[in-house]
Amino acid sequence: MYRTANGEEIFVIDGHTHFWDGSPANQKNIHGKQFIECFYAYHSNLSPPSEKWTLDKFSKYDAKTMHDDLFVHGYDDMAILQPTYLGDFYKNGFNTTERNAAMKKSHPDRFILNSAFDPRDGAKGLEALHANCEKYHVKGVKLYTAEWKGDSKGYKLTDKDSYKFLEAAQKYGVKNIHVHKGPTIIPLNRDAFDVADIDDVATSFQDLNFIVEHCGLPRLDDFCWIATQETNVYGGLAVALPFIHTRPGYFGHVMAELLFWLGPDKLLYGSDYGIWTPKWLIDKFMAFEIPEEEAKETGSALTLETKKKILGLNAARLYGIDVEAQKKKIKAAGGYAHLAESVHAPE
Amino acid sequence: MRASKAIDRKAEVWRRLQTVTDPELDEPVTDLEFVTRADVDADNCVHIEFRLPTYWCAANFSFLMADDMRNAVKELPWVADISVVLGDHMYADQINAGLARGLTFQETFGAEADGDLDELRRTFLLKAFQRRQAALLAHLIEAGHHAARLIEMTLDELVVLKVDEAGARLRTRYLERRPIIADATSRAFVDAEGNPLQAETLSTYVRTLRRVDINAEFNSALCRGLLHARFDMETPLSTKDTRRFEPPRVSPQDV
Repeated sequence: MYRTANGEEIFVIDGHTHFWDGSPANQKNIHGKQFIECFYAYHSNLSPPSEKWTLDKFSKYDAKTMHDDLFVHGYDDMAILQPTYLGDFYKNGFNTTERNAAMKKSHPDRFILNSAFDPRDGAKGLEALHANCEKYHVKGVKLYTAEWKGDSKGYKLTDKDSYKFLEAAQKYGVKNIHVHKGPTIIPLNRDAFDVADIDDVATSFQDLNFIVEHCGLPRLDDFCWIATQETNVYGGLAVALPFIHTRPGYFGHVMAELLFWLGPDKLLYGSDYGIWTPKWLIDKFMAFEIPEEEAKETGSALTLETKKKILGLNAARLYGIDVEAQKKKIKAAGGYAHLAESVHAPE
Repeated sequence: MRASKAIDRKAEVWRRLQTVTDPELDEPVTDLEFVTRADVDADNCVHIEFRLPTYWCAANFSFLMADDMRNAVKELPWVADISVVLGDHMYADQINAGLARGLTFQETFGAEADGDLDELRRTFLLKAFQRRQAALLAHLIEAGHHAARLIEMTLDELVVLKVDEAGARLRTRYLERRPIIADATSRAFVDAEGNPLQAETLSTYVRTLRRVDINAEFNSALCRGLLHARFDMETPLSTKDTRRFEPPRVSPQDV
């Protein structure tokens, strides 16, 4: 919960969090080592110095650390757990539905548990998706199209099997498809970050929402174009948001563009925890305004209403969260006991 | 005498490398500090080593840059042989083996590729064209040039147009990429399909292109930062804004 200077409460849903194990003990090979180290480079490059962790802490943090960073020190009211399996790099997987489910079980009012699928898993994968949907009643899945699997170096949403899985997911009650684009998709000569396949499936699956993580970075230009054409395409702000600290001018550019092309109802806040932590991200975001020149050119503004939508109301709509009822639940469980007016007023 | 000749040749190599850009970022691989070594041995063989911001940087871009470096240096008449070696990368072994044998991307990756990099190269050259054009047009409009005049301007007129220092640099960068658009006109400014621009819609056109620009700027900041974090370099993170308007630099290795 974030409280403004005049006491207004902003309900925050963190659209992108991880409870991973990237520790050396879990690494299967050099790729596992390089994967967590790459995440760590994002973390250490874009975090303010005071928020930097050691690689050791970053590789594997415990459930309490995560809970407190999100909900006690940070302003999150709820957080979506997005799995990333990476079975070829990590012995027990990097961040699986099961690992996240244990977290959700300890704090049922705080977490939204998502699952994942991989169209290359065939009939077994469809069964696993069905089982996860039945067991956890998931409303969302996270897809990592660049995941390595045996000889395969990734897949496209337009693959025939992707369609099969999307149809199945829809049948099992999934509404939200979070898509993360990575660099290695066969054939290697093509642009692996191309977001055109999202355009295709968003047209074919009108009843599903496609949340493109990182706003399609590094293809922000193409993403904006697609997202204006398709009413069911959303942008997740993870990775874009921390630029608010290192490159506020560029962050202003990007927000102005996103608001101009997508509008305030199609953007979702995400910390990408443990890459970044909610406290400083939201402090800076709440204090941020689109630079005057950009605002004049695009007509975009980060009003309080818009910030509220980005920080929580848009995700609440996608995931069917009744904000007032949820606040009561969290309060009844003592979740706001740490809150004091003065602490949560901006400095 | 001999030593100074070796230094000259090394400087020549660095100047050639300065012309090679990261296709995604449209900035020289030298400015991005990707190149860690460029030496000339006693037999006039050139040895280049480079690294990238992450272990996962796309194989196609990595190969493209290596190939462009080799081609750029090959133009020096005295060069006997060139080796280009990529370090710390998921495809380092495969790419280095391909480069050492002078293979194409398709030959290097076999079944994992379904063609060479021509289409990809063209896509990103077009983005670079658009980005450089938008920057120049925005600058000229800001300086008071009228839309109606700009859309009619010929290439010859643009070359001699009186502009300030920043404008001259933007113009040079734009003219480097202008030839990739095959069109029948001698107009200075055409769109990516070679069509003339319209005065009434010029500002909207420039605004739309600016998205490409923001994209590249954003990636550039990210890539510089990741390289910095990965190799623990003491380079400043936001040199770009100032560097853009400086004359082209030669590498510190030159002196």
